[in-house]
Amino acid sequence: MLYVIEDMINGILMGSIYGLTAMGLTIIFGVLKVINFAHGSLLMVGMYAAYWAITLTGVHPYLALAIVIPVMFAFGYALQNIVIKPIFIAEKNVREPITVIIVTTGIWYILDNLTLLVFGPQYRSLTANPLQGQMFELGSMFVSAPKFYGFIIALVTAAAIHLFMQKTIMGRAIRATSMDREAASLMGINQYRIYNVAFGIGAATTGIAAVALIPFNNVFPTVGVLFDIKGFIIVVLGGLGSISGALLGGIIVGLIESVGPQFMTATWTEAIVYGLFLIVLFVKPSGLFGQKHDW
Amino acid sequence: MSLLEIEKIDASYGDVQVIFELSLKVEKKEVVSIIGGNGAGKSSLLRVISGLMKPSAGRITFEGRAIHTEPPENIVTHGVVHVPEGRRLFPLMSVKDNLLVGAYNSRARGETDKTLAEVYELLPRLAERENQLAMTLSGGEQQMVAIGRGLMAKPQLLMLDEPSLGLAPILIRDIFKTVRQIADHGITVLMVEQDVRHSLSLSDRGYVLEHGRVVMEGKADVLIDDPHIKKAYLGI
Repeated sequence: MLYVIEDMINGILMGSIYGLTAMGLTIIFGVLKVINFAHGSLLMVGMYAAYWAITLTGVHPYLALAIVIPVMFAFGYALQNIVIKPIFIAEKNVREPITVIIVTTGIWYILDNLTLLVFGPQYRSLTANPLQGQMFELGSMFVSAPKFYGFIIALVTAAAIHLFMQKTIMGRAIRATSMDREAASLMGINQYRIYNVAFGIGAATTGIAAVALIPFNNVFPTVGVLFDIKGFIIVVLGGLGSISGALLGGIIVGLIESVGPQFMTATWTEAIVYGLFLIVLFVKPSGLFGQKHDW
Repeated sequence: MSLLEIEKIDASYGDVQVIFELSLKVEKKEVVSIIGGNGAGKSSLLRVISGLMKPSAGRITFEGRAIHTEPPENIVTHGVVHVPEGRRLFPLMSVKDNLLVGAYNSRARGETDKTLAEVYELLPRLAERENQLAMTLSGGEQQMVAIGRGLMAKPQLLMLDEPSLGLAPILIRDIFKTVRQIADHGITVLMVEQDVRHSLSLSDRGYVLEHGRVVMEGKADVLIDDPHIKKAYLGI
C-alpha cells in the first residue's frame, strides 16, 4: 500500500512536469490554431540553453531561469516572426493553415540536426549538480527533490500564465485574438504581433520546463521527441488551449506511468495512456477540461 | 472637407464584385443610414471602410487622410470604429473584459477607466452583468456589449452594422434610443439597417443601396416619404 502512495506522489510530481512541458504547446495552439510540431525541439533548445547557462556560470540550476526565460522568449518570438508569419500572411483567409504544420515540422528537423552538428550526439548531464539524487524522506517513503521543485515550478508557472492572461492588457488581447481574429483586429489588435508574443510566451514556458527537467534528465539532440508525443497526448486529454487542462492531463499521464507498473508490466502503461487518449477523442473531443466552445 | 469621404470604390469577394463605383460622404456629427435589402452590399461597404476588405479601386479618406490602404488595426486607431454584423463578441470573456479589449487601441487606452465609467452610465445593464461571460447574455444585451465595446475605442465615427438584427421589437426601441444618445454626445454615426423606418427617423441623411450601387440619397425625412422607398422597404 505504501508503495502505491509513494508511486502516486512521484507520479503527480513527474506528471506536473510533463504538464509543464506541454503548456507551451497548448498556449501556441490556443492562439495560432496550429499544432507546433517543433515543440519538442523548443524544449531541447531550452535544455541546451539551461545546460550551458548552468555549466558556464556555475550557478544553481534554477537560477538559469533568469537566462533561459528571456532567451527562449526571444527565440520563439523571432522564430514566429521570421519563419512562420509569412505563411500566415500568405494563407490569410485560412482559419487553420495546414502548411504551418509542415513548416514547424521542418523547423523540428532543422533544429534537432543543427544541434547534432554543433554539440554532437552525446548525452550530457550537469556535472556539479547540487540536486543530484537528492530525496525527501516522508516516513519510510522517498520523494525526489528536483521533481518536487519541478512540481512547484509547474504550479507557479500555470498560475502566473493564468493571471497574465486574465489581468493584463496583452493577456486580454491574446485571448480576444484566440477567440475571433477579425473582431480582434477591429479592436486595434495586430494579430501577427499577438502570434509573435504568444509564440514567445509558449517558448519561454517550454524553457521553464527545460530548467525543471535539467537536474534529473540528460540533454541530447533528440530529447524533445520523448516529450513531444507525450505533450500532444496531454494537451488533447486536458483540452487544447487550456492551461489547467495541460497540468491535469500531465498529472493523469504521470499517475498512469508511475502507479501502473505496480499492477502490470510497465510496457502496458503506455497502452493505457494511448487507450485513454483514444477514448477521450471519441467521447469528449474537446478534452477533459477543454471548453465546448469551438474556438 | 467631410469627416469620411468615399470616392468611387469597387470591392469584390474573389471574383464576385459586390460594390460598384460607390461614393458616399459623412459630415461631422451627422447620423447617416445606409438602407437596402439583403445582398445590397451594405455590410461589405462597412467592411471596406474598416479595412477588413480592401477596395480594388477608389479612395477612402477620413479627416483628409487616405485610409483604404491601411490594415483594420490602424484604421480603428484613427477613430473609425466598426461594430460588426452579428456582434462578434469574445464569447468566453466577461462583459467587462470585452469592454476593456475595446479600448486596446493606443488613442483610447490611456482613458480606459474614464470611458468605462461613461459606457456604464449610458448602458447601466452592462455594469450589472460585468462579470458574466458574454456568451451567456441575451441577444439584446449582447448587442449592448457590442456597442459599448465600440464606444470604448473612443470613436469619432461609429459604424453600426444591423444593430437591431434578431431582436424583439421592444429591444429594438432600446437600441435605437441608445444610438440617439450616442449621436447626442457628438459622435458621428454611420448605420446599416434593414429596419428602415426606425433608422431613417433618427438619421439626418440616408443612402439607398441596391446591387452594390447607391441608387438614391438624400435627407432622411425626404427619403422616408419617397414613394419608391415606401413601396420597396416600408411595405406601404
